[in-house]
Amino acid sequence: MRFRDPQIEMAHGAGGKASRKLVEGLFAPILFAGSGELLADAAHVAVGNASIAITTDSFVVKPLRFPGGSIGELAVNGTMNDLAVSGARGEAMVVTFILEEGLPTSVLEYEIRAMADALDRAGVKLVGGDTKVVERGKADGMYITTTGIGSPLPGVSVDARSVRPGDRILLSGPIGDHGITILLARGELDLEADLSSDSRCVLPLIEAMAIEAAPGIRWMRDPTRGGVATSLNELARDSGLGIVLSEEAIPIRDEVRGACELLGLDPLHIANEGQFLAVVAPEYADAALHALNCTEGGERAICIGEVRQEPARSVLVTTRYGGSRIADMLIGDALPRIC
Amino acid sequence: MCLAIPGRIVDLVPGQEFLGTVEVAGVRRKVDLRLLEADPPKTGDWVLIHVGFAMTKISEQDALEQMQMLHMLGEAEQAMQEVRGYGLDEGADPSAAAPSASQ
Amino acid sequence: MRYVDEFRDPDLIARASAEIYRLADPEKHYRILEVCGGHTHAIYRFGLKDVLPSNIELIHGPGCPVCVLPMGRIDDGLAVAQREGVIFAAFGDMMRVPGTFGSPLEHKARGTDVRVVYSPADALQMAKKNPDKHVMFFAIGFETTAPSTALTLQRARAEGIQNFSVFCNHVTIIPAMRAILDSPDMRLDGFIGPGHVSTVIGCRPYEWIARNERKPVVTSGFEPLDLLQSIIMLLRQLGAGEARVENQYKRVVPWDGNPAALDAMAKVLTLRPYFEWRGLGFISQSALKIRDEFAAWDAEQRFQIPGTRVTDPKAAQCGEVLKGVLKPAQCKLFGKECTPEHPIGALMVSSEGSCAAHYNYEHRKAEAMVATISSVA
Repeated sequence: MRFRDPQIEMAHGAGGKASRKLVEGLFAPILFAGSGELLADAAHVAVGNASIAITTDSFVVKPLRFPGGSIGELAVNGTMNDLAVSGARGEAMVVTFILEEGLPTSVLEYEIRAMADALDRAGVKLVGGDTKVVERGKADGMYITTTGIGSPLPGVSVDARSVRPGDRILLSGPIGDHGITILLARGELDLEADLSSDSRCVLPLIEAMAIEAAPGIRWMRDPTRGGVATSLNELARDSGLGIVLSEEAIPIRDEVRGACELLGLDPLHIANEGQFLAVVAPEYADAALHALNCTEGGERAICIGEVRQEPARSVLVTTRYGGSRIADMLIGDALPRIC
Repeated sequence: MCLAIPGRIVDLVPGQEFLGTVEVAGVRRKVDLRLLEADPPKTGDWVLIHVGFAMTKISEQDALEQMQMLHMLGEAEQAMQEVRGYGLDEGADPSAAAPSASQ
Repeated sequence: MRYVDEFRDPDLIARASAEIYRLADPEKHYRILEVCGGHTHAIYRFGLKDVLPSNIELIHGPGCPVCVLPMGRIDDGLAVAQREGVIFAAFGDMMRVPGTFGSPLEHKARGTDVRVVYSPADALQMAKKNPDKHVMFFAIGFETTAPSTALTLQRARAEGIQNFSVFCNHVTIIPAMRAILDSPDMRLDGFIGPGHVSTVIGCRPYEWIARNERKPVVTSGFEPLDLLQSIIMLLRQLGAGEARVENQYKRVVPWDGNPAALDAMAKVLTLRPYFEWRGLGFISQSALKIRDEFAAWDAEQRFQIPGTRVTDPKAAQCGEVLKGVLKPAQCKLFGKECTPEHPIGALMVSSEGSCAAHYNYEHRKAEAMVATISSVA
């Protein structure tokens, strides 16, 4: 699958099909040649006798600050979460800042403090970093990249190829909060709602689940850009299996639903920053879910569907009355529609 | 075509004629009410919103009637089946039309 | 959500479905056309085909204002957008529609100032906030949306906003319905009539279909129970040999339409003698342009518009799919050269275009697999 687009567009960063085409069609053949590994949130690398998980993520959110969080907090939680869903506990992070000329120091200090708080809550250390400044107009205030390393959680090994028909799909909580909060915070649509980003570190929930169900955890992902539908489509493609979801099981806050209905958006395509999906073998699923429900922050975790042989490489959403539709991967950014 | 959503008027913007704040499941937006100037809506009314304009008021009465008609679906048929179960109308045509519930 | 959730009640949907099975004559094959793209989208989104008997065929009509917009009009709008100091403002629906030199989003990537708006009022607001730029609002939509454009133009004039204009592509629904009925390949039993257009024009404009063509029309809401109830009403009429216009969407559609909306349209807009519809050719009296009194806010009068005409690639069968003659999957390009990521025609880009709806929601569902679906979790 060669990458044929003549230029880079916003869609290529949106986390959906276009992003995947860029990674698989341009980056992978040149940078990951010979790897044979499926592209995942984090990589597990053998260093000496140890296995270390490593991941990196960049944060380019606009506005920098929004209800429920800010870029600094996202930068820490996002990387911790990538490590957590790959089955690793984050141990250390490094950070790079690209700062825009003219950025008020007070804004930068706010974000540093937000990062410090998030690092403290996540129990992870920042051990180094780098800073560059670019000319006015070139960085939306600031861009942050964090790279994290982690140690594998005992007994946890995730791989899309280990997923089997009959496995259950667990979701940690309500979807769409982050993406809709950001959309509203941009102010372009003149909508207001009592809504906040769900940004948080999900490691404690995953650790709690692992204690009860580690051998049964087949695959995990944090559904950020592109939403739940994109993450599950990636699983369907990587595993060659089908995913069937029950629409009424999927938790969505009223305000997220209202905004999506108003704008013609699908909640399954909206970004989350504090949720994760876990595919768990049926004999461990109840224990896994119970562990989540008993852990602070996991009260609304629920089973939203299961893996099946068909429809192969697709995600199907079913309703209680027997209707169904395919939920596809997002192409580019989710755009409001009026028709 | 035309995505239009029911919303409730939660306030009328003071000093601005025909501008109201409408709420849909907790999400609020200013909506232009001029298309309803013949019968201006009040706070608490439900309107249909499309691209930031209110298109019509929603009739609670008509909505209720529609729900009633939908609830009645199958009830006449169920009654018929019960009657047949008693064996009281052996000779009746099972496909005899149920009393029409539509307008 | 009130006035939404009640009309998605699963138990009532099951009842309505059972009633449809009861009413549908197994000897007959019903062909029902839903005019409106929003209905097409709803049918797919709610999986309604799964609760209908196989002898009811829902055919998708041309009521998708993005789908029927000729590519030349997009090129023209983007030609203006490329001028220095112009902001091209349009609904999200337009952003990925391919023009000859790329879609609005692709133009944005090359430096054109392209912005999404939810409302024409927001585009006017944008003009006020950017006094050193010119905001051109690329207006699309049927009669549902035209009144909002009209009101916005009235406001622009009343407030003396000079740096704002509208590129008007509003079209009207009745000529599209006539074109369908005139099509020799079409055999239809009835219509699911437009829901939201009818809040503006009312139900009377469809009476000629019932009277002259002897086909029932039921104006329908967009929730599952609305659509199913409309099908029930159509089946009852067909069973009784009737052909009337009925209003299923009574809670919202007034029989006589919205006089204030019609008035605003009449004051600001006027019918073009003819307009080209993608896939349907030139249709007279089928589209709206801005009246001369508002010429200062008419992009077509303020700017030199190239007047581009672009013919669709021969292989693309957008026209036949629009008219309901072909199903999306029957177009030779469907799913191969033409996909939502690389759309050849607007039917694959617009979320309510039949091709996109079919591709996104349906085409990987195997019949056999659907039959065995049971509730999970």
